[in-house]
Amino acid sequence: MSPRPGFVLEVDRSTPPTLFMHGEGFRLESLPVGSRIVYPPEALATVADIDGAIRSALLHPVDSEPLPALLFPGMRLTIAFDDVSLPLPPMRRPDVRQRVIEAVLDLAAAAGVDDVHLIAALALHRRMTEAELRHAVGDRVYDAFAPRGQLYNFDAEDPDALTFIGETDQGEEVEISKRAAESDLLIYVNINLVAMDGGHKSTATGLASYRSLRHHHNVRTLQRSRSFMDQHRSELHSSNWRMGKVLRDAGVRIFQIETTLNNDTFPPPFDFLQKREWEWSARDRATFVASSKALDRAPNRVRRSVFHSVRAPHDLTGVAAGEVEAVHRLTTARVYEQQLVPVEGQTDVLTLGLPYICPYNVNSVMNPILVMSTALGYFFNLYRGRPLVREGGVLIVSHPTPWEFHPVHHPSYIDFFEQVLTETTDPLEVEKTYEQAYAEDEWYRHLYRTSYAYHGVHPFYMWYWGSHALQHLGAVIVVGGDARAVRRLGFKPASTLRDALEMASDVVGREPSITHFHAPPLMMADVT
Amino acid sequence: MKALRVERSLPRFAAARLAGALAPGGGARVGPLRLVDVDPPARPGPEWQRVRPRLAGICGSDLATVDGKASPWFEPIVSFPFVPGHEVVGDLDDGTRVVIEPVLGCAARGIDPPCPGCAADDVGRCRNIAFGHLEPGLQTGYCADTGGGWSIALMAHPSQLHRVPDGVSDEAAVMVEPTACAVRGALKCAGGAGGVITVVGAGTLGLCTLAALRRWVGPDQLLVGAKHPQQRRLATELGATTVVEPAGLTRAVRRATGSMALPRGGPGPRNRTDGEPQQLLGGADVVVDCVGSEASLVQALAVVRPGGRIVMVGMPGSVTVDLTPLWQREVELVGAYAYGREPQLDRRTFDLAFELVAEARLDRLVSATYPLHRYRDALSHAAESGRRGAVKVAFDLRNERDRERL
Repeated sequence: MSPRPGFVLEVDRSTPPTLFMHGEGFRLESLPVGSRIVYPPEALATVADIDGAIRSALLHPVDSEPLPALLFPGMRLTIAFDDVSLPLPPMRRPDVRQRVIEAVLDLAAAAGVDDVHLIAALALHRRMTEAELRHAVGDRVYDAFAPRGQLYNFDAEDPDALTFIGETDQGEEVEISKRAAESDLLIYVNINLVAMDGGHKSTATGLASYRSLRHHHNVRTLQRSRSFMDQHRSELHSSNWRMGKVLRDAGVRIFQIETTLNNDTFPPPFDFLQKREWEWSARDRATFVASSKALDRAPNRVRRSVFHSVRAPHDLTGVAAGEVEAVHRLTTARVYEQQLVPVEGQTDVLTLGLPYICPYNVNSVMNPILVMSTALGYFFNLYRGRPLVREGGVLIVSHPTPWEFHPVHHPSYIDFFEQVLTETTDPLEVEKTYEQAYAEDEWYRHLYRTSYAYHGVHPFYMWYWGSHALQHLGAVIVVGGDARAVRRLGFKPASTLRDALEMASDVVGREPSITHFHAPPLMMADVT
Repeated sequence: MKALRVERSLPRFAAARLAGALAPGGGARVGPLRLVDVDPPARPGPEWQRVRPRLAGICGSDLATVDGKASPWFEPIVSFPFVPGHEVVGDLDDGTRVVIEPVLGCAARGIDPPCPGCAADDVGRCRNIAFGHLEPGLQTGYCADTGGGWSIALMAHPSQLHRVPDGVSDEAAVMVEPTACAVRGALKCAGGAGGVITVVGAGTLGLCTLAALRRWVGPDQLLVGAKHPQQRRLATELGATTVVEPAGLTRAVRRATGSMALPRGGPGPRNRTDGEPQQLLGGADVVVDCVGSEASLVQALAVVRPGGRIVMVGMPGSVTVDLTPLWQREVELVGAYAYGREPQLDRRTFDLAFELVAEARLDRLVSATYPLHRYRDALSHAAESGRRGAVKVAFDLRNERDRERL
């Protein structure tokens, strides 16, 4: 039986309560009759012979010679791969990156290539730990390369490891990993979880320095990306593509390998989270009740540990290799096939249940800034055409929004929260007044380079990520969040969804249209 | 006349210490402080004048006495029984309103020639505070002979009297003495001019110090760690550039100074507090400790820069502090106590305090007043002033029945 597409349900009296993710927990909410619920498509069929598909992609790439033809003895080969922010949740072993990298290394070995470096393309994200690197590339690859210093995290603050490539026709500076740029071939191994991943963004962002990133990770660009997921209307995409042209023109040879995954997100016993509620079995209902009660009683630390140990049963829906843009066209089509859900018309009120994880808190804490970024940056932007919520509408987010930060991973976030957000939440003001000081702070630099800290400027990018939504929305209400933290974000706290809807009526009037975006699993609303 | 009097009683001091540990200000119920009817103090000398207090403030040092926490250091420089109260605005018998400069220096003690401190008009550094014709007592409010502000009447030497100008309210006048202490401390912070000064604590002394720093020192950045919302609001109004909760002060100083920082247990990616700064390698040019506790001194040592200065405006007693950062970073630890003449401005501290109280409208810091008979409520309120949204709590003696009969 082929997987069912996503669809829009209209709530009636027989509709069972709706599941809302709520951080490291979940809630059942009764939406008013007449509300809409957007459900994601079911997981697409996956590739039966994954290793065969990968090998085939390498041997029959698009708009490129086969990989073996690009490999020769004595060459400098660099393999860059997406970092711990992808996929979400982390996938069960073997990670698809491991499969791809092993296939590439087999071909490289066969071609007599011995100068190989593997770089985690993390841009300004935190460094990956040994365990995370092992999970991504596999023990065999890790043990073969890491001890010799040939498998490592990219360091965007090491001036000796960066090289300036040039400027785009719009003056955007392109500075990336020197090793990658000076290699005879750069192979980028990507996981394309959402439509904005991949393409030129892989190298132009993943291996770039602050000097380069600031040209598209800024308020102006992100407010003009409507949405990030729609390449034709994304200034973020356009900037990365311009930078990709600079790289190509400078002779940086990139062989892009992009993989797409299905949206099979939660393994048992949490697989009920991706089912439609009226299809829950008695066992699903029992699991929900039991896990809800257990999680309610468990301390934060235990809840976090339970959820962050989840390994997604994602499987490969496709792999393409070759020239960056040609590959990405195929990838994008596959992502859309898995994620697009047609939705007619916008809504006055959009409700979201935010999960415990986003790209920047893998094995970490979803701090309030990440709550903002996940809701207003990621989920809000999961649209094509028009935002799911109308301009001036209300976004209602369900998340505990704890006043809690991971001191190792997010030190500059703590300062951002304590200093910047107490002064202003206006992205332009934030950018103008504070960004440079955080970006150039030597302590943050030190922690980024030597510990496991996100770069000093990273919380700014998270704030900018939500800037289009901030511009668009009439109000943001957070249900069940720490009231002080929610207010610090500039949002309104509500105890219950009912209260939130009542509060929303001050902005959008009585009897507004309400739409719930039932993710995860991830999807995109194709709004007409 | 009615007076609150502290008597020497070891059991009562012990009880106060216990009660004060359970509830700040709790020593007032069981300790050595009692509301009593006593004879007015005798005139220690012909030139002494009677002062009938109008308002008398409750200071942190008073609370330490009430709760049995005063340092043994004070033992030989006070005399029992004494009537507390050294922040006093009152009336002379001829109706002149005065503020008392409470230090009992050589002039008040009839010592001539005066000690070098008093000779230099720096009475806070008097070397004779336990000698002369008065019983020991570093200030009015700690001396058995003079009485104190928490009563209907006290005696003051002319050298202690400052006329309150017309138009200055009693609330403003009662703030002059604590403000003078703050001015004294602030003027020891000249090294922070154009730099970064951090004030730890935003009670009365912290806020007055902040105002004085803004008025006379002029740091580029003036950071304040303040525990309570009301304190944070006032600190902002009085000119702090950054106001944070105490837990965030180390981070704030690090941000302001661009310092490198170290976590507890040293740096390293396996340290789970790696991004949690515990001690700075740089830091503020000057830190003013206006709390005077073990924790505040530890924090001051953690955030002052090498070669910087810590000024103790708060009044710690016995504390246990690791002084390694003091010598390792060549930090100056400087005390600030009372008043006299300020050499940088060649003006008397009290005159500067009068000026600052008016300019910064420090009368707004007087949050609550109580009659003498509600002294337990008053002391409880003062001991928990921050938590209860108050700053300065004072006794209001203007309507005491006995006052006009004297």
